[in-house]
Amino acid sequence: MLTPHAAVDRRHDLSQPLEALSPDETLKASSRQLRGTIATGLLDRITGAVPGTGPKLLKFHGVYQQDDRDLRDERRRQKLEPAYMFMIRVRLPGGVCTPAQWLKLDELARAHGRETLRITTRQTIQFHWVLKHHLRATIQGLHDVLLDTIAACGDDTRGVMCSVNPDVSPLHAEIYDWAKRASEHATWKSRAYHEIWYGDERVASSEPEEPFYGRSYMPRKFKIGFVLPPSNDIDIYAQDLGFIAIEEDGRLVGFNVVIGGGMGRTDSAPHTYPRLASPIGYVPVDRVMPVIDAVMSVQRDFGDRADRAHARFKYTIDDKGLDWIVGEIEARLGQSFAPARLFHFTSNADAVGWVHGRDGHDHLTLFIENGRVVNGETAIMDGLRALARVHTGTFRLTPNQNLIVSGVTPEARPMIDAIVREHGLLALNDRSGLRLNAMACVALPTCGLAMAESERYLPSLLTKLEASLARHGLERQPITIRMSGCPNGCSRPYIAEIALTGRALGKYNLYLGGGAHGERLNRMYLENAGEPAILSALDGLFARYAVEHLPGERIGDFAVRAGYVTPVTEGRHFND
Amino acid sequence: MTQAVDLPSAPTTIRPDILTSRQWNDLQALATSLSAAQALWVSGYLFALGGVSRGAVLDEPSPGIASATAAPVRTLTILYGSETGNSAALARTLADRAGALGLPASAIDMAEYMPRRLKDADDVLLITSTHGDGDPPQPAASFFEFLEGPKAPRLSDLRYAVLALGDSSYEHFCEAGKRLDRRLEALGAARLHERIDCDVDFDAPASSWTDAVLATLASSASPTSVAAGRDGRVAVAPAAVVVDRQHPLTATVVGNLVLTGRGSTKETRHVELSFPEGGLTFTPGDALGVVVRNDPQVVDQLIECLALSGDTPVTLAKRTTTLADALTSDYEIATVTPRFIDVWTEVTGADDLRRLTTTEGAAERAALIRTHHVIDLVERYRAPGISAETLLKALRPLTRRLYSIASSLSAVPDEVHLTVSVVRYTLHGRERTGVASGHLADRCATGETLPVYVQANPHFRLPHDDVPILMIGAGTGVAPYRAFLQEREARGAAGRSWLVFGERHFRTDFLYQVEWQDLLKRGVLTRMDVAFSRDAADKVYVQHRLVEQARAVFDWLEDGAHVYVCGDATRMAPDVDEALVTIVECAGGRDRDAAVEYVHTLQQSHRYQRDVY
Repeated sequence: MLTPHAAVDRRHDLSQPLEALSPDETLKASSRQLRGTIATGLLDRITGAVPGTGPKLLKFHGVYQQDDRDLRDERRRQKLEPAYMFMIRVRLPGGVCTPAQWLKLDELARAHGRETLRITTRQTIQFHWVLKHHLRATIQGLHDVLLDTIAACGDDTRGVMCSVNPDVSPLHAEIYDWAKRASEHATWKSRAYHEIWYGDERVASSEPEEPFYGRSYMPRKFKIGFVLPPSNDIDIYAQDLGFIAIEEDGRLVGFNVVIGGGMGRTDSAPHTYPRLASPIGYVPVDRVMPVIDAVMSVQRDFGDRADRAHARFKYTIDDKGLDWIVGEIEARLGQSFAPARLFHFTSNADAVGWVHGRDGHDHLTLFIENGRVVNGETAIMDGLRALARVHTGTFRLTPNQNLIVSGVTPEARPMIDAIVREHGLLALNDRSGLRLNAMACVALPTCGLAMAESERYLPSLLTKLEASLARHGLERQPITIRMSGCPNGCSRPYIAEIALTGRALGKYNLYLGGGAHGERLNRMYLENAGEPAILSALDGLFARYAVEHLPGERIGDFAVRAGYVTPVTEGRHFND
Repeated sequence: MTQAVDLPSAPTTIRPDILTSRQWNDLQALATSLSAAQALWVSGYLFALGGVSRGAVLDEPSPGIASATAAPVRTLTILYGSETGNSAALARTLADRAGALGLPASAIDMAEYMPRRLKDADDVLLITSTHGDGDPPQPAASFFEFLEGPKAPRLSDLRYAVLALGDSSYEHFCEAGKRLDRRLEALGAARLHERIDCDVDFDAPASSWTDAVLATLASSASPTSVAAGRDGRVAVAPAAVVVDRQHPLTATVVGNLVLTGRGSTKETRHVELSFPEGGLTFTPGDALGVVVRNDPQVVDQLIECLALSGDTPVTLAKRTTTLADALTSDYEIATVTPRFIDVWTEVTGADDLRRLTTTEGAAERAALIRTHHVIDLVERYRAPGISAETLLKALRPLTRRLYSIASSLSAVPDEVHLTVSVVRYTLHGRERTGVASGHLADRCATGETLPVYVQANPHFRLPHDDVPILMIGAGTGVAPYRAFLQEREARGAAGRSWLVFGERHFRTDFLYQVEWQDLLKRGVLTRMDVAFSRDAADKVYVQHRLVEQARAVFDWLEDGAHVYVCGDATRMAPDVDEALVTIVECAGGRDRDAAVEYVHTLQQSHRYQRDVY
């Protein structure tokens, strides 16, 4: 068929027959709108897994099949299947949840999730260690407090992010509302979820179940976020589609739109790379939903469905050209983007501790190392439950895996203060500038992709780095450091000032030179390095930075200026 | 017992004219390896074969030509270990190209390949990637483990070549390929072509390796070079021995692992024993007698407590040895018997004990026996100056232990596998271990030896290949079913099979879980149900699963299925028996008496067989 875009290469997109595309496309198309054989797989008593195509389809339902990798080899010898379990990711747009919802999350984690919760890097909660026969109970429990897990994973729009900005609460409320509506608007609509997890009857209808997604959904995950400058806490440039709030006289008037960010890459595959989103213009506030539809439909129709490692929107943009993509979006939108407005980012970090908001309420940001809510040295889980029992505001989960006790009235403040002190939660904030700005993905033993430790290892590595920082008087210097157990980059490593991505047990690539507010990718400095090499390289960097840095200069900027690495100007040159 | 070899003619060292010298040599080698019973069977076998099928061989005009035409064509096997698919793709290309050269082969994933088959392979090409810290691809882990382990066979007839994929930015570049290469060489295999280590840009080196290997194979595919490697394999058979209860065979432990996962409340082991070719013969359903020894620590405790010397010579029925040895190998030193109480009453004169020897004390004596070991009584009722002879007089001989065999010779030749539940508990503040299970668990590491013999169990036998079987087992009662299914798979039996297995916890106690899953996948096992009694509040046992599916069970019975029950005799077996009656009542529409009769008839006609203990 001749279209106005006849010149565009369509050999790998939705226009092709399924046989010409990746097997996942056939799987989606034949899944009866994400039903597949999940329901029968849940009943299979011979395995703790969901057999067949179950695991891939489950992702669309926010459920990841995993196994305890610490036991994998041992169990193989024992002729036992891997210790299968599931990660359940909640859909929590903007990371806002009520105390009642928190209490339910806490209760479910204690019952089915090995007494731990994780705050993710996309502002939501993950349960780990859930066994197959507890999946339905967990998801139904979430339903009791109006939470679900729809599209928390899979080839669809993932959890929608939104800045936390506790100090500018009224504007936060406004963009949070947009994030929530965007999530409702863009997630898939099939009744499969209700049938499988809640046991709802299948309702016959002549209407298509997925008016937007059709049978094939997206080529790959699609991430949307809303940011409220000057904070870039959500790392807007890492989103497939980002909305940067533009404020006039304290009112939200519209958004600058950025497209094509993404972190994931594959080692030894130079055609994969992280990419920062490109700004494409400004739209007034009422155009958010049409922009989402237009941008997502362009990726839906033109994204690469043959090679999943090359299927994210960032590659579609670089392959077709940004101008062409913007033209296509504008054609679908029926209007052009206005020139981008001015804005200013200062940081992608969280400020821990109490702040007083414009709404007259107080907000307390608590540092939760790697987002791990557990009763460890500090009984974080018990402490947060105690807060949830009395708190009348909300909780906000931050993109840096921290938690905000938000909307504390002046009357409630003494009580909240007492509880956080009693449970030792406030002491969590008393950490080095490096640790407060550190993130790690989950990795071993639960994540199937991890090649190296991350969450279990980073804290001890930081302790060693802190000793080095102390020698150079840099304990309080904010430094973003992010670790991922594999190159896919769940902790958004490629925009950190210092990053480590796992290659093998105990071996990491070391990256330097990312921008402190998410504006510049870093570049690889050491490949496949062990701890001694990493410590020695960073000690050298700290030593020079301590004496040579310019006033206010961040260590990522310094690493570039001092020639440790050459700056990455565009994602596609990341591997150069 | 020389009758068997007398049958065809008197034993002779002179070659009869009818046989070629090679045939004669082979026959002699075989004859010396056979037990009397085996020889008798073989003579009947050869007789029954008659002239028809053997005719072609007998008609060979001359030995020279016979061996040339009979020379087998060398087979080619292509194995790959792959995690991301690169090795798999290369292996498939290689197979296609080999096929085009008239060397038919298919590419097989190491994960799907039974590594012991290497023993019968001729030419093997291996392609593997390396992951993490020099590790093989995860799916190939078992293949590597076998090949690099003690059970790997000598492979002196094998020729091979290795293509290694890797990433030179890692410290252990291409290590998995290097490991294969080293190990195959060490096992005596001949390298067809040097290994090539490929970096991430593997296309060019991989294709030059493929060219070179195929060229070598094509040039060597002549009958003369082919026949060379196959000579003399028969001659390694050991001398004939009779193996029975009195004459156990020394088997070697080649595997001993805990089947129950971390956190289990049980310790159930899988023990693999190997024996010289043909050393043991058994049929699925049979048991293995194991000659075990007492824990040397318990022996020492006993000797020390009695102030005896372990070196004291003692005379037994068949030999003279030391007291320590006799207590280790010949006497039961844990279980208290009435005889022990009698002798110990004599020796110590203890009133407490004497009271138990009266009729009124019988119940109390039974309780004492149940709750004490010999060492407990010896500590409580001291016997200063007791002699070694008196002590031995108090003890009964150490009995042999029987375990249902968990493997089939058709699937795993020259090995016998056991499923052992290890008994451990604390009694009077001291850790105790079952005599046999403790011996197998704690003193039978790989490489240790163990005297064993076969105990036939003719009342627990597979039916004809096309008859459906319903196998019910709890815990280690699943062992014979592993043998059953191995046998049925090896025979290509068409009959349906249904396994109902019970244990405590799904996560840790699903014995042989992966094997059942594979058997289901391959269709050898038609259907499986499991009952884990401690995973939920209401305890579910195998009999509950049977009753839940009464209709299907009854249909299988009506279709002529044979029913097997193996495991616990006190609770499970009667519960299953009752369940079967209930099923016939409900699904079969019979009244109680008729249902009992139905089940009774099953038993009478040997369609309902039990091996319970």
